[in-house]
Amino acid sequence: MKIHEYQGKEILRKFGVATPRGTACFSVDDAVKAAQELGGNVWVVKAQIHAGGRGKGGGVKLARSLDEVRARASEILGMQLVTHQTGPGGQKVRRLLIEDGADIKKEYYAAALTDRATQKVALMASSEGGMDIEEVAHKTPEKIIKVFVDPLVGLTDEQAKQLAVGIGVPEASQAQAIDTFKKLYTCYMETDASLAEINPLILEGNGNIKALDAKFNFDSNALYRQPEIVGMRDLDEEDPDEIEASQFDLAYISLDGNIGCLVNGAGLAMATMDTIKLFGAEPANFLDVGGGATTEKVTEAFKIMLRNPKVKGILVNIFGGIMRCDTIATGVVAAAREVHLSVPLVVRMKGTNEDLGKKILADSGLPIIAADTMAEAATKIVAAVK
Amino acid sequence: MSILINKDTKVITQGITGKTGQFHTEKCIEYANGRNCFVAGVNPKKAGEKIFDVPIYASVKEAKESTGATVSVIYVPPAGAAAAIWEACEADLDLAICITEGIPVRDMLVVRNRMKAKEAAGGKKTLLLGPNCPGLITPDEIKIGIMPGHIHRKGRIGIVSRSGTLTYEAVAQVTELGLGQSSAVGIGGDPINGLKHIDIMKAFNDDPDTDAVIMIGEIGGPDEAEAARWCKENMKKPIVGFIAGVTAPAGKRMGHAGALISGGADTADAKLAIMEECGFKITRDPSVMAKLLKAML
Repeated sequence: MKIHEYQGKEILRKFGVATPRGTACFSVDDAVKAAQELGGNVWVVKAQIHAGGRGKGGGVKLARSLDEVRARASEILGMQLVTHQTGPGGQKVRRLLIEDGADIKKEYYAAALTDRATQKVALMASSEGGMDIEEVAHKTPEKIIKVFVDPLVGLTDEQAKQLAVGIGVPEASQAQAIDTFKKLYTCYMETDASLAEINPLILEGNGNIKALDAKFNFDSNALYRQPEIVGMRDLDEEDPDEIEASQFDLAYISLDGNIGCLVNGAGLAMATMDTIKLFGAEPANFLDVGGGATTEKVTEAFKIMLRNPKVKGILVNIFGGIMRCDTIATGVVAAAREVHLSVPLVVRMKGTNEDLGKKILADSGLPIIAADTMAEAATKIVAAVK
Repeated sequence: MSILINKDTKVITQGITGKTGQFHTEKCIEYANGRNCFVAGVNPKKAGEKIFDVPIYASVKEAKESTGATVSVIYVPPAGAAAAIWEACEADLDLAICITEGIPVRDMLVVRNRMKAKEAAGGKKTLLLGPNCPGLITPDEIKIGIMPGHIHRKGRIGIVSRSGTLTYEAVAQVTELGLGQSSAVGIGGDPINGLKHIDIMKAFNDDPDTDAVIMIGEIGGPDEAEAARWCKENMKKPIVGFIAGVTAPAGKRMGHAGALISGGADTADAKLAIMEECGFKITRDPSVMAKLLKAML
């Protein structure tokens, strides 16, 4: 689960990491009022969307008077902000963050994430702040300092110092940087984050260290014990079809192709998408109905797939293990009837009660195309939509 | 022979009284030598009772001491599953198989580091399979986990995969071609897990009753590449490789918590390239995994 920058900064502050003062706003008037209350003579108007790259897309602007705050806020609020992470349609800006301008002397990068290879938490820092870290890792990997933290021990003083010295924080500010890294680590662990990134982490003219941005991802397996984080969820930033699917315990992700697919199991679902592509078309979605698919779940899955106007055909691929093929076949027939299915449907079933399942499909009187292998199923659905 | 388990393995079921635990324990008991293999269950509140004629003990330690079991299978719900893994490890079992899906990553990080610390301090090493996995099976001998037993057939092909149904797909293909499996192992779809592809490939390499292996992976993480590099230097048996997720977009979690592209190196294309470089026969068509393998025998 992702959250907005202003929410990320709230969390950082709670764990003692310094950030600029700022206020989240939902209207232009609120933005002007917020700037007034913050005082000073320079403010930053920042679009709050979940995607990165907001600055380059025109979603972050400086304002040097209250009139300018009003003007910039009017431009940004409501705009379709296009960044490299939003896709060509962009994301509508519904919230702003009005912040104190910062006196930036130097920009660094800091992040915590889980390292799969070592099974430890990686704390990363770089002297190249404010840039795309993937690019830094690619072009100048030596400029990224990484330490691996044993969760039984925590981030040690030596490790935190290694990061601060490694990225060249001036001696007078090192203690603050070390403190910030330790707090970032604590925050990462205690909030069940899967990514906590500060880019940039800045050194101010007066020597202070501050988080100028905050990006968090959270482990969805742990949300049950993080009610405060769940309260920060912004459904406007998520795909409505994916939200609805999750309510029915379906794992669904929208893609760009025209063949919908419904599969049991995440690995098999990806393999089915890949097979569709291999045989000349593109999948319209990822959809894992999981282990306990009922008629209701299958019907809902069909409805969600068909809401996508690009879908010209559907491929159902089921490997019956504990879930029996006849159960799924009954669900598919009921779903096809309920949604008055008008696009070609290819069904491939294998495993437990396969013959019974195939018979239910054949006896339904619906124009369902049967297939034995994944390759045959993909060939048939690709031919049917052309 | 087989890897990790056989007809003489004695198994404790942690979470045997829950709905999932009951359902699958019954199926496992019915499969091959299961009646003799599944010797104990654990539930502190129901110690002294029996379920499917299997005695229930208050702790893993007690179950082990009373039955001589060396392996456990875990169906405990996510919030308590990491603690259940640790209990199996503290009882010095040889192997714990965690089926549970949805365990918080932080819990897995902590328990994996505790397991490693115990081992580093000279304690007994307990292997972990999973979590979020279907388990493993040695056909006609023993099945520990949630896979459908009837699609398997005793044979000489090893299968390892992160995904449940994709494992079954490979199993069914192998069976249909008249071959069979020595063991089929699901290592699970979570980012922080126990045994990895490399560990299972090593075991298949050492197993005199395995002639060839199908290795199935997916997007996310470094494990398949690590296994491939090891195989290049050490593996004496033919391998067919498949990676799911060529069409998966970056940055999206594809069902499995660990199926997430986070950089250039963990895409399906990158993994397939490394596997091919390391001598695997790779395929982009999952329908032909067994056919390709048969041609190499």
